[in-house]
Amino acid sequence: MTSAAPPGPVATERIRNFSIISHVDHGKSTLSDRILELTGAVDPRLMREQFLDSMDLERERGITIKAQNVRVRYRDYVLHLIDTPGHVDFGYEVSRSLAACEGAVLLVDASQGIQAQTLANCYQAMEHNLEIVAVLNKIDLPAADPERCAAEIEQVLGIPREEVLRISAKTGEGVEALLDAVVARIPPPVGDPEAALRALIFDSAYDQYRGVVSSVRVVDGTIRAGERLLFMQAGGVYEAEELGVRTPEARPVEALGPGEVGYLIAGIKDVGSARSGETVTSAQRPATEALPGYRDPKPMVFCGLYPMDGDRLPELRDALDRLKLNDASFTYEPESSHALGFGFRCGFLGLLHMEIVRERLEREFDLSLVATAPSVAYRVWLTDGTALDIDNPTDLPDQSRIERIEEPMLAATILTPAEHTGTVMELCQRRRGELQKMEYLSPERVELAYRIPLAEVVVDFFDQLKSRTKGYASLDYEPAGYEAANLVRVEILINHVPVDAFSTIVHRSQAEAYGRRMAERLRQMIPRQLFDVPIQAAIGGRIIARETVKAKRKDVLAKCYGGDVTRKRKLLERQKEGKKRMKSIGRVEVPQEAFISALRMDEG
Amino acid sequence: MSEWPLPVDPEALGVYVHVPFCRRRCDYCAFATYVDRDHLMADYVGALRRELAAALDAGRLQPARAVYVGGGTPSRLAAEELASVLAAIPRQPGAEVSVECNPEDVTPARLAVYRQAGVTRVSLGAQAVAPHVLASLGRHHRFEEVVAAAEALREAGLASWNLDLIFGAAAETDRDWVRALEAALELEPPHVSAYALTVEPGTPLAADPTRHPDDDVQARRYRVADAILSAAGYRWEEISNWAMPGHHCLYNNITWWGGDYLGFGAAAHSHRGRARWWNVRRPERYIALVGAGAPVVAGSETLTEAQRAFETLSLSLRTPRGVPAAALPPSEELAGLVEWADGRAVLTVAGRLLASDVSLRVQIPGSGAPVR
Ligand SMILES: Nc1nc2c(ncn2[C@@H]2O[C@H](COP(=O)(O)OP(=O)(O)OP(=O)(O)O)[C@@H](O)[C@H]2O)c(=O)[nH]1
Ligand code: SF4
Ligand SMILES: [Mg+2]
Repeated sequence: MTSAAPPGPVATERIRNFSIISHVDHGKSTLSDRILELTGAVDPRLMREQFLDSMDLERERGITIKAQNVRVRYRDYVLHLIDTPGHVDFGYEVSRSLAACEGAVLLVDASQGIQAQTLANCYQAMEHNLEIVAVLNKIDLPAADPERCAAEIEQVLGIPREEVLRISAKTGEGVEALLDAVVARIPPPVGDPEAALRALIFDSAYDQYRGVVSSVRVVDGTIRAGERLLFMQAGGVYEAEELGVRTPEARPVEALGPGEVGYLIAGIKDVGSARSGETVTSAQRPATEALPGYRDPKPMVFCGLYPMDGDRLPELRDALDRLKLNDASFTYEPESSHALGFGFRCGFLGLLHMEIVRERLEREFDLSLVATAPSVAYRVWLTDGTALDIDNPTDLPDQSRIERIEEPMLAATILTPAEHTGTVMELCQRRRGELQKMEYLSPERVELAYRIPLAEVVVDFFDQLKSRTKGYASLDYEPAGYEAANLVRVEILINHVPVDAFSTIVHRSQAEAYGRRMAERLRQMIPRQLFDVPIQAAIGGRIIARETVKAKRKDVLAKCYGGDVTRKRKLLERQKEGKKRMKSIGRVEVPQEAFISALRMDEG
Repeated sequence: MSEWPLPVDPEALGVYVHVPFCRRRCDYCAFATYVDRDHLMADYVGALRRELAAALDAGRLQPARAVYVGGGTPSRLAAEELASVLAAIPRQPGAEVSVECNPEDVTPARLAVYRQAGVTRVSLGAQAVAPHVLASLGRHHRFEEVVAAAEALREAGLASWNLDLIFGAAAETDRDWVRALEAALELEPPHVSAYALTVEPGTPLAADPTRHPDDDVQARRYRVADAILSAAGYRWEEISNWAMPGHHCLYNNITWWGGDYLGFGAAAHSHRGRARWWNVRRPERYIALVGAGAPVVAGSETLTEAQRAFETLSLSLRTPRGVPAAALPPSEELAGLVEWADGRAVLTVAGRLLASDVSLRVQIPGSGAPVR
């Protein structure tokens, strides 16, 4: 093994810190594999594809969700590389990773060229003033067109085509040359080993046995095992129980010097105390100023998450606290719904993010959850001139107090092969998008910039875009303020009582379709009662759809002799138990499962 | 005129005897009965006599006020064998003795033996009248046999008899049902049971959703039955049962008022106070256990006071006795389903159809309060 940890801090000029960034699937994790192999970091017998994608969910979906850092030795150098995710929802992972590096390896699939997240992630790296090493990957593919792609990189990103490296992360071709370029081009970190300690926590996770395990990048000074540390934002003082580096397996070290990346375990059980963005300093000799830290991104999509079994609410809270440590980009606060009981209103960076968080909660914490329909946060201007941000349609104030409702907008960038431009524009038009810019990156490829309501993108926009362009278009977006629109709140009423879990804010043009769909669905799910139950969809007081659950006429057991008596009693006892678990909406008793299935159907 | 509803007699003991043999299985049937074990009949009768004798010897079997032989098809046993079983049951003077019969078995000769053995009442499984409805139920007799059986029953001079009907088969129309009731009433049965066809899991009927009854249709047919039977002078004595005055079935009333009854034979259930127990289901197992002098009980349960109170109330609610008004106070949602009079809450016709739902609203009174 060539990557044995040295006993003390490594001299900064021997260190290179970089992130591998790209559009989804352009080969970041596969390149990381080759680097792990080339540097002998992983025993060949233990090697597997996308080695750093260690979460089950990542392996199942074939995508990276969490950035992973690893330290390898290459020639006389210590390289810290961070494999980042490529999907737009995980851009926050990329930006945090970049903050711990001096350089970035920008991968571009040579058969696809520049895609939307190529641009987005490259711009982020430029904003961080990082040295960018542009690399064309997958040159082994017959469809690879490195000449055209290099020209595109030069034109769009301003990186001279001669500087663009060419590799195959699959075969390993060019990877050694890439590492040489990393060493040659990316500057070593700067930092004073004698200065007061300042280390940035750029990621954390909760370990059942050891508490919080944080990834740290030392900026100034030296951090030593056994030292008493001050966490500057949270204000806690903890002892550095263990300090180490990931090679990729965890190896304890005595100290980490400036520029070094590693992990820190300080016996912290309270997950609030070591969030990412925190600055760690010495308790003995504290630094005067904390590092800039991170600004948590604003969530864009919201939904309610409820434990299927209401008794498990405390476990859900615990799970959210712990997951938050590992993923600072989602938010949660308690909410209650009459239909679903107690749960949390959660905010996410996108639909995939929402799906992933929910799945992680279910898998890693063994919970069963119900999610309400995703919604965006509206800005509601009241007649008194104040504004409210509403991420839950039920919080919408009375119509009479509302001056206007604004919806969140996106600045969306779509890259598409020129032949699909028409159909992409048609889609954006239908989703109320407004064209801002159209530019040919090359004769074959077009960049479209749209201003488009977030709510329109949240609902299957990406799938539509992909299917209309045979998978060739890519999408990136960022928040772009608010805009007034003809928005209405649709309420669903069961026997004239509104059911909170189903109210939604939609564009006027979609209100009726939503109302009809939900009313029909609930009619199927709600068991017949002793009386007719109207199910209505309404805007304000106006009914836009109506269904009726017909009164039950018969439920009785015909025969009741001998063994039937016991059978009947057990049946009634079960029904009595079931009745306790029913939610009553006015006089109507609805099993929670009915609400859950109605919501589930909306996910599909 | 006899009293109606029948007054509760908490002392009355019922005895049930199960006969698990049928000629062919009906498509809707989930009873403990077998079509391929006729060769066990003689041994089975022997085992029944032994189980009864053992219970008597052990002081567990007191003289019965009402005996009910059900099945299966008890009339498939040779009349003398059935008589020998009845002879093993101690009875109070004037005890009611009912036997379930399939129409094709009801002959004057058989009835003569039954009368001799103390049978006072026969329950006749007619089920339907129109051939296509009988076929849709998977029943294998003709209504002419029912007519002949009824004739024989009237001739035999039994104290009472009952006709069983089933409504709601897929092939049945409203008209079929009205005609079935009219045809049945022409036979002048003193007692009529009319059951809503029920889909029991594991039956051929369950396997074929196109033959499943519709709740709304059945609700309508039930109302028709109640109207026709009431107009003809019958009074409802339980949700699926109507009787001419004086022709109630005492044995069934004992079960409905939560009285004690002891069951003998395979799969028979017994109730005594809060105790419930039931025998092994398969006849060969039953015969073997009795032969070995071993207990035939397959399972048992002791209800809590609250469970027992709930059971008694929900059973009583199915009858014109209803429940104490305190257990089912007037409420908006029960309007039209329950009538309150003389301190009792009694189901209306609409309420009878929703008896399960109404039962769920029954409040169990504190201990000591009346439940009947
Ligand atoms: N032919 C070929 N395929 C490659 C090459 N590099 C990666 N791939 C394939 O491209 C797919 C995506 O590779 P990953 O390494 O998971 O891509 P990624 O950039 O980490 O993806 P995300 O983390 O989801 O953004 C996999 O099927 C790889 O096998 C290459 O050089 N040549
Ligand atoms: S006759 Fe009665 S017990 Fe026998 S199979 Fe038919 S329904 Fe079942
Ligand atoms: Mg990856």
